[in-house]
Amino acid sequence: MTAFLTIIIVLFVAVAIWQMVKIFDLAQVGVSDNQVATDNDNKINAYLMLAFLAFIYIITIVCFVKWGDLPLMSNAASEHGAEIDNLMIISMIVIFIVQTITQYLLHYFAFKYRGEKGKKALFYADNNTLEAIWTIIPVIVLAGLIIYGLFTWTSIMNVSEEDDPLIIELYAQQFNWKARYGGNDNTLGKANVRLINLDNANILGLDESDPNAQDDIIVSEVHLPVGKPVLFKIRSQDVLHSAYMPHFRAQMNCVPGMITQFGFTPTITTADMRQTPEMLDKVANINRIRVEKSKELAAKGEPALDPYEFDYLLLCNKICGKSHYNMQMNIIVETQEEYDAWIKEQKEFKNSLIN
Amino acid sequence: MSTHADTHANEDDHGHHHKETFVTKYIFSQDHKMISKQYLITGTIMGVIGVLMSIMFRMQIAWPEEPNVLFEALLGKWAPEGVMDADIYLALVTIHGTIMVFFLLTAGLSGTFSNLLIPLQIGARDMASGFLNMISYWLFFLSAVIMLSSLFVEAGPAAAGWTIYPPLSALPMAQGGSGMGMTLWLISMAIFIASSLLGSLNYIVTVINLRTKGMSMTRLPLTIWAFFVTAIIGVVSFPVLLSAALLLIMDRSFGTSFFLSDIFIQGEVLHYQGGSPVLFEHLFWFLGHPEVYIVILPAMGIVSEIMASNSRKPIFGYRAMIASILAIAFLSTIVWGHHMFVSGMNPFLGSVFTFTTLLIAIPSAVKAFNWITTIWKGNIQMNTAMLFSIGFVSTFITGGLTGIILGDSALDINVHDTYFVIAHFHLVMGISALYGMFAGVYHWYPKMFGRMMNKNLGYIHFWVTAICAYGVFFPMHFIGMAGLPRRYYTNSNFPLFDDLHDVNVVITVFAIIGAIFQIIFLYNFFASMFFGKKATQNPWKSTTLEWTTPVKHLHGNWPGAIPHVYRWPYDYSKPGHDVDFVPQNVPLKEGEEELQH
Repeated sequence: MTAFLTIIIVLFVAVAIWQMVKIFDLAQVGVSDNQVATDNDNKINAYLMLAFLAFIYIITIVCFVKWGDLPLMSNAASEHGAEIDNLMIISMIVIFIVQTITQYLLHYFAFKYRGEKGKKALFYADNNTLEAIWTIIPVIVLAGLIIYGLFTWTSIMNVSEEDDPLIIELYAQQFNWKARYGGNDNTLGKANVRLINLDNANILGLDESDPNAQDDIIVSEVHLPVGKPVLFKIRSQDVLHSAYMPHFRAQMNCVPGMITQFGFTPTITTADMRQTPEMLDKVANINRIRVEKSKELAAKGEPALDPYEFDYLLLCNKICGKSHYNMQMNIIVETQEEYDAWIKEQKEFKNSLIN
Repeated sequence: MSTHADTHANEDDHGHHHKETFVTKYIFSQDHKMISKQYLITGTIMGVIGVLMSIMFRMQIAWPEEPNVLFEALLGKWAPEGVMDADIYLALVTIHGTIMVFFLLTAGLSGTFSNLLIPLQIGARDMASGFLNMISYWLFFLSAVIMLSSLFVEAGPAAAGWTIYPPLSALPMAQGGSGMGMTLWLISMAIFIASSLLGSLNYIVTVINLRTKGMSMTRLPLTIWAFFVTAIIGVVSFPVLLSAALLLIMDRSFGTSFFLSDIFIQGEVLHYQGGSPVLFEHLFWFLGHPEVYIVILPAMGIVSEIMASNSRKPIFGYRAMIASILAIAFLSTIVWGHHMFVSGMNPFLGSVFTFTTLLIAIPSAVKAFNWITTIWKGNIQMNTAMLFSIGFVSTFITGGLTGIILGDSALDINVHDTYFVIAHFHLVMGISALYGMFAGVYHWYPKMFGRMMNKNLGYIHFWVTAICAYGVFFPMHFIGMAGLPRRYYTNSNFPLFDDLHDVNVVITVFAIIGAIFQIIFLYNFFASMFFGKKATQNPWKSTTLEWTTPVKHLHGNWPGAIPHVYRWPYDYSKPGHDVDFVPQNVPLKEGEEELQH
């Protein structure tokens, strides 16, 4: 079967090449012999330039209308996320304006000043005023963006311990996430991968003699109380990973041998997020797609897909090996009461050891 | 310098006493024109392989885990029953990146056009050292062969991404491709860097020392300025990648811990202690970022030259164009950290790199506006090379503008390593540099092969490519903003992204169509060598010196004395002349002033 298909493909390619030889020969007929653009070529390509300008505008509009207002863009679920979205929208507007104008000028000039026999171009080599203008305008616009950007960046990255953030360790390994809470003292016990003892179920390498480690809680799903600042301390045991939480506009690499950190304050509980109109639309749409897909699968005798329900996610976003594409963990944002009830049910480190 | 050029110019019997055999003429040639063709053809072959790989992984994304005839035919054991394996997906992504960035757009682009144009446009008989030039090409060839041979390694080729971050690239137990495949990758790159350095040194020395009489630095065509500055960036930054590669080899094979520390993998603790992967990232990007300018600057030079020639107008703001090349080159060496905003480095460094990165937008904006003004009130000849040059400016603007978002550390947090990044750099350096390369091939083909390429096939090639390039990369921005990470073998484990799947299918279809139409270019390129119309000496009516050499190649370029230069390279449509171009070797008329450009 494969051989047959390969032969067909080879045949198609051969036919295609033969056809192109014919085009090539036909193209030679009646054309001035030197293959330099004629007035007619200039005219056709000039109109195509206008058409291409229209194509660029259309593809821009289609993309923005169809995919530009994803819930992910407008529904940041963290305090600083709103600032990032604001800066993003301002940057997008600047880009949109510059793109629209410059593409217009480029393609319109290409159309308008197409070559004709006997026409002479304007000898115009320099104009310092013009060049100063298009140096200074970008300087001003960029200065604004840089200053706004740097303020936003600094306020995101400077996590103050005075806010008494909830400390959670994110622990990455090929191809799986774990999280560790500090327990009642909100302090993580010392840990190093050299202390990992699988026989004793000490999977994250906690120092078993450290008093702070005794009440630590190791889980495979993160729960966060809404409105409370959280500071993630991030570790990896093997290769680089990246802890990416797109809904919270948060990302930080996980680096073996060092602890990185990222802090934010979640603002919307999972339950509330599921009820926003944008999310209801999005989930309904995804489920429509999944139903269609399930029909196809059923025809092949495979099991149908489960319906989708929204959850915040932690994804791995740094290439980490074979199953990089499936390294995820759910994040649940809930009320303080729900959180307290959940954390009470979790096993403390000292009770999870085998010995 | 002028005395040197004088003596050189008088060697008019140069090249007559060499006896050329097939081997010295076509294989171990020391003639820059032949070496340039060797680079072009090797680069083209590598490019075809790179594009084929991208088509395969795009098919996997659009139709995940479905049997595919192409996979079965080409991937062998990596596609059991035609279903692509996840390891080979990452390998394809990795080798695609490596081939396109280094083998096609660095060696293929710079190697071809620096070699062809530097001696011809500055008025030299050949490169400063023809021998080193030959060695440079053959080292490149060797590195290409080693890179391709890594595809046939038992455990698979390198698969840690083209950035080969350790520990993934350092530990064979972390990934199959990090064994023999990665060893070959590192050896290949080390040889490639040696080749690139030899080439760059040669270009720099040639431009400084071998300019003909009258060819002052401010009369150099912008192509030469671009190649010259590119070579300098290469000499400054490539050795740093070499050191990173050597240190990684030490970590992999000799037990050192430059980049590794505290690792527990597959049930055992490794001995490494005290190193840091972040150090590798710094070393890598110290080359890696200048590398994108090594790729784009030659394309900018080529486009500047072609736009002026085909608009029949001087390039607008010649000195500003040179200044912006220099500014970009300088800034390119102090922005590498914008690839590392979320790497765990100190956030203060993030602020510094945001600042320097966004500064690059200024010289880039100057260049874009100067190109647009160059075609304003021109008499634009729509040759294929000109179409690709206009296309270059278009994709450079579209791709460059999103750099404002990625260079801003606060915004980068959420789009880092998503498809937004892929869209950005493919448009601004991938497609743009490729357009620059196509433009160069169409424009200088008559100089290289003495024949013309077919223009109608060229037009078809351009318009389909232009539409497909936008069709592939424009929608990618939006799936990136929706949070879709790059380098995922399939997205089907994330129902969250199910609604982006149709976009991925559209992208893949555009990619396949675009790739198929490159066959037209390949056909035009190879068939025209034998069946193309014979070229005249100066088919595009350009002013630069390469068009004063005879159509048939001579070793030594000019049959008689080397022409002297009396004017800058952009005297197009100059008032007071009957023709709309005045070549550089035409003396000023009585009373004519050379423009104070």
